[in-house]
Amino acid sequence: MTAVRAATRWISSGVMSRARDLASLWIVVILLGMIVLFTILCPPDTFLSFANFRSITIDTSEILLLAAGQTLVLIAAGIDLSVGSLVIFCAVISAEVLGAFSGSASQGYPNVLLGVAVATGASLAAGAAWGFINGWATVTLKVPPFIVTLGTLWMALGLAQVISGGINVATVPPQLQDIFVFGGLLGIVPWPDVIAAIGVAILWIVLSRTRFGLRTYALGANAESLRRAGVNVSRHTILIYTIMGVLCGVVGIMDVARFSTASLSAHQLDNLNAIAAVVIGGTSLFGGRGHMSGTVVGAFIPAVLRNGFVILGVQPFWQNVVVGAFLILAVYIDQVRRGGVPVWRRKRSAKEGEQRA
Amino acid sequence: MTSEWQSEPRPLLLNAIGLRKDYGHVRALDGVDFDLRPREIHALFGDNGAGKSTLIKIIAGAVQPDSGILEIDGREVTFSSPHDARAAGIETVYQDLALADPLNAAENVFLGRELCYPGILGRLGFVDRRAMHAMTAANLRDLGVNIPSLTVPVETFSGGQRQAVAVVRAAVWGQRFLIMDEPVAALGVQQTTHVLDLMQRTRDEKGLSVILISHNLTEVLRVADRVTVLRLGRRVGTIAAKDATATLLVGAMTGALNMLGEAATL
Ligand SMILES: Nc1ncnc2c1ncn2[C@@H]1O[C@H](COP(=O)(O)OP(=O)(O)O)[C@@H](O)[C@H]1O
Ligand SMILES: [Mg+2]
Repeated sequence: MTAVRAATRWISSGVMSRARDLASLWIVVILLGMIVLFTILCPPDTFLSFANFRSITIDTSEILLLAAGQTLVLIAAGIDLSVGSLVIFCAVISAEVLGAFSGSASQGYPNVLLGVAVATGASLAAGAAWGFINGWATVTLKVPPFIVTLGTLWMALGLAQVISGGINVATVPPQLQDIFVFGGLLGIVPWPDVIAAIGVAILWIVLSRTRFGLRTYALGANAESLRRAGVNVSRHTILIYTIMGVLCGVVGIMDVARFSTASLSAHQLDNLNAIAAVVIGGTSLFGGRGHMSGTVVGAFIPAVLRNGFVILGVQPFWQNVVVGAFLILAVYIDQVRRGGVPVWRRKRSAKEGEQRA
Repeated sequence: MTSEWQSEPRPLLLNAIGLRKDYGHVRALDGVDFDLRPREIHALFGDNGAGKSTLIKIIAGAVQPDSGILEIDGREVTFSSPHDARAAGIETVYQDLALADPLNAAENVFLGRELCYPGILGRLGFVDRRAMHAMTAANLRDLGVNIPSLTVPVETFSGGQRQAVAVVRAAVWGQRFLIMDEPVAALGVQQTTHVLDLMQRTRDEKGLSVILISHNLTEVLRVADRVTVLRLGRRVGTIAAKDATATLLVGAMTGALNMLGEAATL
């Protein structure tokens, strides 16, 4: 009974924070518009089909997880440029561990379960360690996160190259790919989608329903407000970068399972792709403002564009052009909302004049 | 001094004795005494650089004195951080308010001390927005504060409304007294009136005392019970607000008049 009451209260309390949780309408409209447009333009049963939907979601799963973490980081007025390198590093660790613990390749990797377990643990731990370093250096050395994570971008990439000897690591049991990509929850929902959905859902709830989420907004808007409220701001910051690192670990092992190899080149632009998704989704680079729903929409836009262009026979490189333009538009709209445009300002200060203390 | 103890049987909330603070060669405070009684608004008045901010920072635990004693309820205390002062029931409203703009009024009031659900949800850090909302609404009502909505970000509020949120937050958490540094300096006439009323209701409804730093004579004389004038790091004197006049206070502040000696002290 109390559980039911708690649950209803929990749901209704979400209504109060709705304004902050929901993506701005325009970006949702743009994504839906794209889907409608591609559905009309593409031959029947190509764009709008289960198989295609599946392929879009699998394509988006990794960037979605990274963007979800980056949402937290940006709302806290930080930035993490190292994510792509962290993914590469974690993928190399995963592949090496898989090779070492799954038994001999000639016998078909008999201990693959053990290998997967150890590799997952190692990948998450490696990601967490890098994330911790990012957060720690930001708060203790007081070096801006832009620089810290640019530094760890090179460090993690370099170490991944050292460990792998500069070549992709392919000591991955092939049955992993069969299960991970071609299997799925209930046989239909691919595992990458399941993992991404769980990760995004957890972070969404954390951001909108928990103490940690509230404090993350406060940290990004006005760190002093949080400090004066008696919160350990350094600890909170370190935790945020560590969460981001753990997500890189998740993506690292996912990527190895998906492609049966740890690629040294595939993820180098993940950092910028994740930031673009978050910013297109309406999260402010200045901190304090943002929503997970926007990030989800922002993460799907590039994949939908690429997919639609391929089906239509348009060069998929056009996706880059369009996404870049959206990015500028999104930040422009963010600035307008922050009151950077005279018309808006005038409206708002006129309202303030009427209000009384 | 003797008569003060006889006419005032209740113990002092705060008694600061001989506070001294040097910043390099600058003596910001030079042996200042200051006390606060239950249920009073005690104004600190003085020119720029008189030492007002330094004094309240010591009381708020943000600055440690080079010498001197702080007593709370008659017992000596040492505040080595703002956290210590807050634990002793002292809340400070700084000039910059320190509100988190994207959060709503209830979330700001409870920032750092969020109400969570009971049980496992609470242990996971799930905030009970409805409870925070209700408690904030009740406190706003008690203090007679009107704000447009509890669910919109405080960045949409006017200066006076933001000030009110900061004061209410202090009043919700302060167990002994509040410190306010220039709370109405940036406000218009009408908003100033509202915030001063709020300060008086904090005293009358919540039974809290307030240390009020202000430059503004009219507002000091309107709401304060007592006024302490500081000048160049020393206390010129302390006087009941009903006995004070603008001429007297300005004279004491500038050093032109030296009539607030011990004899004038209440
Ligand atoms: N952090 C500091 N470092 C150096 N000098 C300071 C510092 N804080 C205050 N002072 C000096 O101490 C004196 C008193 O300052 P303050 O307490 O801020 O006065 P008020 O608040 O009355 O204007 C001034 O001369 C000021 O310059
Ligand atoms: Mg001052």
